[in-house]
Amino acid sequence: MAAVHFHNVTLGYDRHPAVHHLNGEVASGALVAVIGPNGAGKSTLLRGIVGILKPLDGSIHLGGLDSRDIAYLPQSAEIDRSFPISVFDFVATGLWRATGLFGGIGKPAREKILHTIAAVGLNGFENRPIGTLSGGQMQRVLFARVLLQDARLIVLDEPFNAIDSKTTADLLALVKHWHGEGRTVLAALHDMEMVRNHFAETLVLARGPVAWGPTAEVLTPENLLVAMRMCEAFDDSAAACAADDARSRAA
Amino acid sequence: MIYDALIGPFTEFEFMRRALAAVIALALAGAPIGVFLMLRRMSLVGDAMAHAILPGAAVGFLLSGLNLFAMTAGGLIAGFAVAILAGVVARSTGLKEDASLATFYLASLALGVTIVSIKGTNIDLLHVLFGNILAMDDQTLLVVAFNATVTLLVLAVIYRPLVIESVDPLFLRTVSRAGGPAHLAFLALVVINLVNGFQALGTLLAVGLMILPAGIARFWSRDLTVMICIAVVAAAVSGYAGLVLSFQTRVPSGPAIILVASVLYIVSVLFGRVGGIVRQLFPGRHLEA
Repeated sequence: MAAVHFHNVTLGYDRHPAVHHLNGEVASGALVAVIGPNGAGKSTLLRGIVGILKPLDGSIHLGGLDSRDIAYLPQSAEIDRSFPISVFDFVATGLWRATGLFGGIGKPAREKILHTIAAVGLNGFENRPIGTLSGGQMQRVLFARVLLQDARLIVLDEPFNAIDSKTTADLLALVKHWHGEGRTVLAALHDMEMVRNHFAETLVLARGPVAWGPTAEVLTPENLLVAMRMCEAFDDSAAACAADDARSRAA
Repeated sequence: MIYDALIGPFTEFEFMRRALAAVIALALAGAPIGVFLMLRRMSLVGDAMAHAILPGAAVGFLLSGLNLFAMTAGGLIAGFAVAILAGVVARSTGLKEDASLATFYLASLALGVTIVSIKGTNIDLLHVLFGNILAMDDQTLLVVAFNATVTLLVLAVIYRPLVIESVDPLFLRTVSRAGGPAHLAFLALVVINLVNGFQALGTLLAVGLMILPAGIARFWSRDLTVMICIAVVAAAVSGYAGLVLSFQTRVPSGPAIILVASVLYIVSVLFGRVGGIVRQLFPGRHLEA
């Protein structure tokens, strides 16, 4: 059964597509790497999957999953680290679905949060304001929140950017652990070696799908070259997308 | 002597007691709102909103004179209209909220000044701009207390989404739809508290008792809860000291309260535990870890 089904989906901003005409599906329990150069539409695609961004065209179906079943790890640049909130409180927001507006955090939940913080290697950091953490420590905090969300579909936007090899190894082990538990994981990545070694399936994206399938078949120099050459066009006077015309003519 | 200066005015005069009760209510409700305005980098949005409510208050004034109910109702309508319009435009067009708000508040301010100048006198204008604590009657005090109560209740409801939206808005959008309503409710609270500050502080300075205490608190704590408590205390102390200053020197109450808050702010900038200038100049020996 598919966890995510793309049906001719186009995602973008203000009529300008960042990803267009994507078809295909992510099988339940799959571990998929989404790769492509900067501006290829990786983050946009992930935002579409988690429901932050509505498709301009086409649709994304989450087979039987609702928003409660999705955990999303945004790029760390999206987070206001100057806000005075402790590691404990930040990780605790992962329990939002259980607590909502007023639900208290009782002793079992507190212990669960502490356990989760320890599980990402941040024992003793509970009361630290997030503004005092290093980049790698902050990334561990974000992983702890995903861990606490206990979701069936996990969407990670460049989770290993600018962090050291030890942290990367620790967090990658978590990702593989999630995969082992049968959760579906999608991750936007830049490190080709990591993708080759640890991700069975890859989507090469360059504003549209370049290739999608088993990593060994998809991650070829030819496909990567195509992706690199992709046009980063943003043209205010661009004509309406020709693919749609061709499609309607064919119909 | 000290008793006469600091406590006497309040035991002797009923209007001073009412004014004190009013500034404490303003402090309890306004200061937490100010802390969130500051942390959400919306300090000047509060200022803009203060101008935006002017035409509503002016229309209330034209219809029924110096009646706080009419002015409050008018201010609330104008403020909500501007806040919601600006919020909706920002969220539906991608225009930044501050840019959107700037447009609406400028239009609103121009309208307000026009309305006051058509009918009002200079004295009226002074009253609207700087407030008049002497005119605080029991009914007005009840309105202020009611607004403060509503503020604290609503803030309790939207507290979690407000905090999460401030830190990590994308995350909140994936787990809940509460972000948008919480933001609009927060803007509504900003308006309610601005209007609330009218009588004591006037339209121009009403935002002062929200923003200055928040700025003070930032220099003393890194913890949100502690920050809110410090802001409330700083606002209440400024209110009390400002009223005493106003009583003894006959300067208008609004500027007196804000001047006291400004002095506390300067002291905090100099000596604050978190990022204060003296602390930075003389940090002491560095720590082990």
